[in-house]
Amino acid sequence: MVDLRAQTNVGRKTALSLVLIFVSVAYALQQHLGNAPATTVVSTASQAQEISIPAPVQPTSSPSPEPSSVPAQNLGPYVDGAYTGKVADAYYGNVQVQATIVAGNISDIQFLQYPTDRKTSQQISGRAMPILKQEAIQAQSAQVDTVSGATEISNAFVTSLGSALAQAKK
Amino acid sequence: MPIVVEIADAHVSAADIESVFAYFIDVEKRFSFFKDDSEVSRMNRGEIRELSPDMQEILFFAEKTKQESHGYFDISRPDGRTNPSGIVKGWAIRNASRLLLAKNIQNFCLNVGGDIQSHGKNENGSEWSIGIRNPLKRNEIVKVIYPRGAGVATSGSSERGSHIYDPHAPKKELNDVVSITVIGLDVLEADRFATAAFAMGNDGIIFIESLPACEGYQIDRNGVATMSTGFPQYLAR
Repeated sequence: MVDLRAQTNVGRKTALSLVLIFVSVAYALQQHLGNAPATTVVSTASQAQEISIPAPVQPTSSPSPEPSSVPAQNLGPYVDGAYTGKVADAYYGNVQVQATIVAGNISDIQFLQYPTDRKTSQQISGRAMPILKQEAIQAQSAQVDTVSGATEISNAFVTSLGSALAQAKK
Repeated sequence: MPIVVEIADAHVSAADIESVFAYFIDVEKRFSFFKDDSEVSRMNRGEIRELSPDMQEILFFAEKTKQESHGYFDISRPDGRTNPSGIVKGWAIRNASRLLLAKNIQNFCLNVGGDIQSHGKNENGSEWSIGIRNPLKRNEIVKVIYPRGAGVATSGSSERGSHIYDPHAPKKELNDVVSITVIGLDVLEADRFATAAFAMGNDGIIFIESLPACEGYQIDRNGVATMSTGFPQYLAR
């Protein structure tokens, strides 16, 4: 396994982020993209705790703060409520998320829009199906110089979430 | 979007590296769909009489890719505006690579958000190696390829492996393909064909197979990869 983040600091590599993503967004993204269950709560370091989400969030128009079921301790950087992010273009279609803030922290992120409108049934005409080799993917331990992976929808996710959190800022 | 510029030539200066970043920042300014004063935005508002040669070239590649992909690749949006982002990234990396070659820098690797153009050898004098990220487990690499100067691009979504669903049809199965990595003559070729192939869903790898100078590695949601016939040639160090 290769630590993708450490890689940018090795040798002469110089990294620059054109899109400034504040730490909480990156952390939320990581939490969301990882295998963490939907009920995991991103908490401040000083008050690490897990809170279950009271109920699934219904899509609402933005912003619509609702009273928190958690007592007064509102230590996080955001005002409680559900905030709908702007629609971001993921090239294949639009991505829009809704962030729910509980006790000042992100407690849930739901997708209101996600690209699903691909014309998958359309065939590439007049071409016989080639027999292509298949394999189960397997983790490689090799060190590599750099890494290629998908980004488009991740970027749209960050854009939409960033605008949702901007509304939630104290 | 993270940009990593690695130059292995002994005579490289900080200014050389800076010039690459400066170029990407300039491209972002000029061709961003989201910046109001970019040429793309001004074009979309009908404010431009004559497009710059760069814009014309970007639109040329967009049209070419649309035709080659039977319409799957299309930069015109439902609202009538044009979003050439699907071409701009690969095009900009290709140009930055030419910029370095013009300075007689021969050994480098440019990685912009997973789209990669390498040239020459790495710092150890070996072939540049590129890991294909596991779209289902982001900190894992599932394949190591040695492009030997070819371009590499991956299109897909890393999120689909986890808890993503369509809120309008929660039970509906999403497409099986989570990512497709394409190796092409240069990064522009790799990028535009990766984008088109991903839009084709399961048929993407068949499209890549049909292109004479492209190879691909497509991964589905169950962790099964399908590779084009010539792909294994890039696995040899």
